Amino acid sequence: MSAGSSADLTFDMRARRVSGLSLFNVAVIGAVVLVALLAPLVAPYPYDAQDTDALYAAPSSAHWMGTDRLGRDLLSRLVYGTRTSLLVGLASALVALVLGTAYGAVSGYVGGTVDRLLMRGLEVLYALPDLLLIILLSIVVGRGVPGMILAISLVGWMTVARLVRGEILRWRERPFVEAVRASGAGHARILFRHLLPQTVGPLIVTLTFRIPAGILAESTLSFVGLGIAAPQTSWGSLAGEGWSALKFYPHLILFPSLAIFLTMLAFNLLGDQLRDALDPTAGSHSSS
Amino acid sequence: MIRVAARRLGWGLAVLWAVATLTFVLLRVVPGGPFDAEKQLPPEILANIEAKYHLDEPAWRQYVRYIGGLAIGDLGPSFKYVGRNVADILAETFPVSFALGLVALALAVVVGLTFGIVAGERPGTGVDRAGMVAATAGVALPNFVLGALLVLIVSHRWHLLPPALWEGPRYLVLPAVTLGLGPAAYIARLTRSSLLDVAHHEYIRTAHAKGLTRGMVLFKHQLPNALMPVVTVLGPLAATLVTGSFVVEYLFAIPGMGRFFITAVTNRDYPLIMGATLLYAALLVIANLVVDLAYAWLDPRVRVE
Repeated sequence: MSAGSSADLTFDMRARRVSGLSLFNVAVIGAVVLVALLAPLVAPYPYDAQDTDALYAAPSSAHWMGTDRLGRDLLSRLVYGTRTSLLVGLASALVALVLGTAYGAVSGYVGGTVDRLLMRGLEVLYALPDLLLIILLSIVVGRGVPGMILAISLVGWMTVARLVRGEILRWRERPFVEAVRASGAGHARILFRHLLPQTVGPLIVTLTFRIPAGILAESTLSFVGLGIAAPQTSWGSLAGEGWSALKFYPHLILFPSLAIFLTMLAFNLLGDQLRDALDPTAGSHSSS
Repeated sequence: MIRVAARRLGWGLAVLWAVATLTFVLLRVVPGGPFDAEKQLPPEILANIEAKYHLDEPAWRQYVRYIGGLAIGDLGPSFKYVGRNVADILAETFPVSFALGLVALALAVVVGLTFGIVAGERPGTGVDRAGMVAATAGVALPNFVLGALLVLIVSHRWHLLPPALWEGPRYLVLPAVTLGLGPAAYIARLTRSSLLDVAHHEYIRTAHAKGLTRGMVLFKHQLPNALMPVVTVLGPLAATLVTGSFVVEYLFAIPGMGRFFITAVTNRDYPLIMGATLLYAALLVIANLVVDLAYAWLDPRVRVE
């Protein structure tokens, strides 16, 4: 740790430099959350209402984003799809956080053989590409929203586990922990009151990156037809439907794609900024 | 160095065995079999089918049969492509995916390093900022969105390149760009930040002080050290390219492993799913092994260990 005053100073400078871009992130993420929460109020039509006079209609005043092959209003479907996509992203990130923290904390705190075994197990799972493992798990846990959340979080926890283990290892031999131990504190107290709080900063950053990763995984799987299926909808499955009509009705894929891209961008930028602000050791070069 | 390689190789084989076991257990847990989906089969026919694929045997015997087959490169018959072996299907589709992945990787490395070096050489300038905004956007752009945009503009609007299929070099361009651009953006960001990290070191100042040109300092002193983190991520990156191929092969109707894997999952063709999974895992193990060796070759400190 560097001297307090200079760290405060760089923190302050970063905070100010960052504020311009933050507005974009806050606006996009805020809008997405609001739309998801208020879907029935925001959507102009029910998501499954068909307008048989307007099949594959281009964007117009009646249907701002046009309609799909069954004459369903794309804006309304996108609004309801926001619920699915955001829910999968948020929930899978949170579950991954809990699982990964537990695994990493045990591994790092207990150490020794337990640590070695747990890390070896992790290495085996790392031998499979994330998306492949998610697909395999979704065969077992089923598709649909709960299945997607479970499959994605059962892959996402691994990064968290490594991070938490590393942090615990970094902190557990510090003098202040020794002092707490010498004063008679039990393992639970040391772990929960003294070690885990040290990991909060990096964990928040990780959470911010896990959310778009979950949204990406869900939309990718739904796009190729291995994720959320009708009648439920998500940004990915909407884009997938749009793909089959790409040549003549590109609006069907453009709007869902834009939603995915902007949301991913906002979360990734937010993650970068949080990392710069909360973790002074990483990304110190960016304040050149 | 040979001992390190041998140890890694042994661990790699252990990992593959674990992956094979894991996949076997996972797919055994799934309720319902691959032949349920079709219309109700008479019980005698179902029994015949199950006997043919040894599905009537106890799980442990199926497992022993499977692992035994693996040892001699036999991945069993496909459930859906009747009369074809999983190994044959993979042997046919893998070269396609491999070619696509290799071109995409080359593209990612060349484009990523170029942009990363250009930006990292002039931190804070307009070029740097523009490059990094583009790279951030590139990281956030899902490859199916990118692929759709490319097909829409380059194929449908401009009629420059074919939108699908796999019939020659022209057919490679759009899929490779779709697959490689995200990793290129990632490499660019990493190279830039790594160059900037190295730039603060004393030996860089010494190099400047003894009168070397900027280019000499960059290529002789700064870059070799800055490349270490980039080399490290190439292994996992190969994984991204491999999995990216699911989507890209689906988008462009390319007859590679990725597309067959998706079909296999939809069809519940378990032997094909397991075979493809193992091949993917083997690729990753090899990629990481190569990265480890490259690392040892680049960094004398690792070699000693």
